Amino acid sequence: MDIRPKVLVTKIGLDGHDRGSRVVAAYLRDAGMEVIYTPPWQEIPVVVKLATEEDVDVIGISSLATDHLIVPKLMDALRAAGLSDVAVVVGGIVPDDDEDVLLAAGVARVFHPGTALAEIAQYIHDITARIRAQRAGA
Amino acid sequence: MNEPVDKTSLRPAGEARWQQEYDEQIGADDAVRNRSGVPIKPLYTPRDWNGERYEDDVGYPGQPPHTRGIYATMHRGRTWTQRQLIGLGTPADYNARLSAIIAQGATAVSLIPCNSVYRGYDMDEVHAELLGTCGVVVDTAEHMDACLAGVDLRSMSCAMNDPSPFTLLAFLLAVARRRGVPWSAVSGTSNQSDYLSHYVANHMFFRIALPGARRILADHIDFCNRHVPKWNPMSIVGQHMQQAGATPAEAMAFTFASALQNADDCVARGMDPDLFLPRFTFFFDISLSFFEEVARFRAGRRIWARLTRERYGARDPRSWRFKFHAQTSGVDLTRQQPQNNIARVTVQAMAGILGGLQSLHTDAFDEALSCPTEFGARIAVATQNILREEAHLTDVIDPLGGSYYVETLTDRMEAEILRTLQLVQDAGGMYAAVSAGIVQKAIGESARRFQDDVESGRQTVVGVNAYRVDEDRTARPSQPKPDPRKMQEHIAAFRAYKAARSQEAFGKALDALARAANDPRANVFAEVVGAAEAGCTHGEICGTLRREMGFGHVQAVV
Repeated sequence: MDIRPKVLVTKIGLDGHDRGSRVVAAYLRDAGMEVIYTPPWQEIPVVVKLATEEDVDVIGISSLATDHLIVPKLMDALRAAGLSDVAVVVGGIVPDDDEDVLLAAGVARVFHPGTALAEIAQYIHDITARIRAQRAGA
Repeated sequence: MNEPVDKTSLRPAGEARWQQEYDEQIGADDAVRNRSGVPIKPLYTPRDWNGERYEDDVGYPGQPPHTRGIYATMHRGRTWTQRQLIGLGTPADYNARLSAIIAQGATAVSLIPCNSVYRGYDMDEVHAELLGTCGVVVDTAEHMDACLAGVDLRSMSCAMNDPSPFTLLAFLLAVARRRGVPWSAVSGTSNQSDYLSHYVANHMFFRIALPGARRILADHIDFCNRHVPKWNPMSIVGQHMQQAGATPAEAMAFTFASALQNADDCVARGMDPDLFLPRFTFFFDISLSFFEEVARFRAGRRIWARLTRERYGARDPRSWRFKFHAQTSGVDLTRQQPQNNIARVTVQAMAGILGGLQSLHTDAFDEALSCPTEFGARIAVATQNILREEAHLTDVIDPLGGSYYVETLTDRMEAEILRTLQLVQDAGGMYAAVSAGIVQKAIGESARRFQDDVESGRQTVVGVNAYRVDEDRTARPSQPKPDPRKMQEHIAAFRAYKAARSQEAFGKALDALARAANDPRANVFAEVVGAAEAGCTHGEICGTLRREMGFGHVQAVV
């Protein structure tokens, strides 16, 4: 891989089901990316702090049980911290109507169950390339 | 006597000829393996299983080693309990759904609390957007009373997803006392009391640091044995570990490892195995791997019947019974072509029924999309009714018993389960193995292996990596959401309740709880019940114990 994306894989909210985040994190790591992984139940300010300190390209939020409903709050917090250029992707069980809400809030992409891991990795690679090009140009 | 001869080919008939023809047509046959890694042959014959050890290893229903069932009559006498998990919104919402599902044939109560409850918080401590989206918001005895309005606590068994420190049971006991129902008449199960499986798997039910969780569980078992004798305080859970990625054999092995840990802890406190073992129950996932699941449940009964007698010297036949609830696996369901999930759930349910379960939850087909709709939940209940009353799956006890394949596979699954169980025991038992992250690592590796099989196409998933069709969002049912206005009213009423109650009584109760947490001779759960009766909230009880016994953090294992 020509670039090495730096990705924070985490879960916010109340749900603890972490099979998805663990499998995705392990796959991205094995695909050569730099992965910062956290256990579930992170507070939004903690995620913002980690993203700032680690200077990540992408934040991956895993959601099984409706925690995606507070992702718009995360988007607000990231903007307030000056991290508008970090791409946020959400993976998990996200109903269609909620996906519309998340995309409108600035989420880059929602991955639903059944998505191939390779597709997720490719997307993260591509969006990282775009983000870095924008940062370099700015 | 001459070998029988097939005149058309002049080859000898029988096994050798079958093998030759099979090899000619299939060629080099890569070993097929089931999810647990057990090699599966194309054909099983009396050379694999000849019934020689039938009396010792298989036997008869209701007689050890219980391979064919834990009761003499099994489903022919009493079918399984239809225990659908429900929980959404406010207590009033829950009660409406519960009443409807009882009218449709459900024979027991289940209660899924909101994730705020799972995490040990009150509704006013969490993001309001999340309240009631995955379960009912129950923070006080009053809320429990509203949930169970119109439900006869003497006749309805209540299973509640109620981890340590078991506040929901405490609320239920408070409600029973108010309604004049003696605790000795209250029946049900503390689902999720198995802190070990939650620590390693989905973490939902893990609130208090491991040593505290371990102590409170033993207190809870002891309290229920004394005061709520029809309650099952110990539900040992393989379901979460399998949902998190464990293979069927691993999930059962880790479950037995947890069972041994908990039973050892009870024995260490001086409890009589024949007092607590009859109240141990198990909870498993049922994957789509049909024969593997049937064989695994048969093997599980045999292992438990032997372990309870050999390890604990249990003499009461009720101690030997491997009673289990099972839930069809949500991991096997797909978002793509969601109606296909009805077929998947049917096969999973059949595996559980033919495997001899005591209680069953069938997933709604739309669970891969969101919390289930009422429409989906109705089909899930109907699936059970169809299998029982239209397909007559209950006519014969253990109908797959005696199959060369199923008996051989039962033996192989048993060996695989015992092998993994031994690994955990060699690591010092489940508590030590979990503290060292060994179990979590194994589960993560199995999850990854399964995902790799799906991605490579070795494991077909219809609609995902094969047989795909173009779908738009109209193919998916619309999602239920709690009414935000009603939730706001629920929160306002909760705040008013806290302001109005006797400050003295609840303060005293929390002090008593904190003292019990620091006194090894006290029973912490008895004080949880006291706190519930004094009007304390769920968050106050959990918060007090976390302060005294430590917060339950999760290990990050990738």
